[in-house]
Amino acid sequence: MDFKDYYKIMDVEKDASQDEIKRAYRKLARKYHPDVSKDADAEIRFKEVGEAYEALKDPEKRAAYDQLGANWKAGQDFNPPPDWDAGFEFNGAGYTGGDASDYSDFFESLFGRGFGSAQAQHQRGGYTARGEDHHAKVVIDLEDAYHGATRSITLQSPELDNNGHVITKQRTLNVKIPRGVKQGQRIRLTGQGSPGMGNAPAGDLYLEIEFKPHSIYRVDGHDVYLDLPVAPWEAALGATIKVPTPSGPVDLKIAAGTIAGRKLRLKARGIPGKPAGDLYVVTQITLPPADSDTAKELYRKMEQELTYNPRSKLGV
Amino acid sequence: MTQQTLNGILIDEQTELSLNDLCKACSISAEWIIELVEEGALEPIGYIQTQWRFSGNSLQRARTAMRLQRDLGINLSGIALALDLLDKIETLESRLSQFEINNES
Repeated sequence: MDFKDYYKIMDVEKDASQDEIKRAYRKLARKYHPDVSKDADAEIRFKEVGEAYEALKDPEKRAAYDQLGANWKAGQDFNPPPDWDAGFEFNGAGYTGGDASDYSDFFESLFGRGFGSAQAQHQRGGYTARGEDHHAKVVIDLEDAYHGATRSITLQSPELDNNGHVITKQRTLNVKIPRGVKQGQRIRLTGQGSPGMGNAPAGDLYLEIEFKPHSIYRVDGHDVYLDLPVAPWEAALGATIKVPTPSGPVDLKIAAGTIAGRKLRLKARGIPGKPAGDLYVVTQITLPPADSDTAKELYRKMEQELTYNPRSKLGV
Repeated sequence: MTQQTLNGILIDEQTELSLNDLCKACSISAEWIIELVEEGALEPIGYIQTQWRFSGNSLQRARTAMRLQRDLGINLSGIALALDLLDKIETLESRLSQFEINNES
């Protein structure tokens, strides 16, 4: 388990006041909130900041954390010393927000788990109530959105057994992913949420679609982007080249004099639907390596025979 | 064990949700959703609450609003502003990328 430097994560000094810590948290939480930031690691950073604040906002937890000593460095292998928390009392003031289950092993080894997660209000008695709706994420490949697919997903849900103990139940569902789904859309599965009380119907399960990051494509709404490497002669002279698309390769004509960063639109080659998205091909001009005598010779020849100054606009 | 394959309903722009559907899907009170409507953050079709129809992306909006309130402690008018600004950023970003295409070809 790695030691976490909560002060460093919050970007505050070790002697920062509680007010300063609160301000730092508010600022970082706004910056990295996954609904606000589009950075790929925003969610991870947001959780990290939430955990750091959880430890530092409570003077008792903070004092206990400080007592661990200043010698620890972030990332160092860490085990809490025995009785490290003797004399401290965590009254379980509850978590600020977010999912307590998201906290790191490091946090849990210090402050334990179990407090704060008492949302499960189980109703007893002879009345009926519709079961709760559940939300889960399903990660699919971009290609699945083009063709449709069937995904098997495993859900874990805490349930009460006959003796009133909380047990984790696992179940697997096969779900059809319709063609044309987009990032963030939801699929509703009626009756797959929590069971109802009495004769009331079960809740629904909402599956949020998330695309697995693709090795070559980027997705924006229903449009798809591809960075296309082009040889200098293809860009300079024009060429017809084979381009992959999620629905199969196509031939694409590159005009003579194409520059790097040009976006070429392949209409309706994005995620299918009404209307269908487009596929944008962004050209990238790559440089052949000068790793042989022939290649070096060709570069020298270009240098000698082409009067080309790439910096002419810079006035030098 | 053979398992049947479940066919769900895709909640897209064409899907319509009632006030009740939306409350259930977010596990939140109708009062909270009504306040979001009063702030203009959600725009259902229909004049009376019992006849309100929300479009499918209202579900995403309402859940974003819930997270903003829970995680950042923003009040409802602040949430309405944040949602509008996030929408505006998205529109500007897609217009910007459109502009880049037209300008280069």
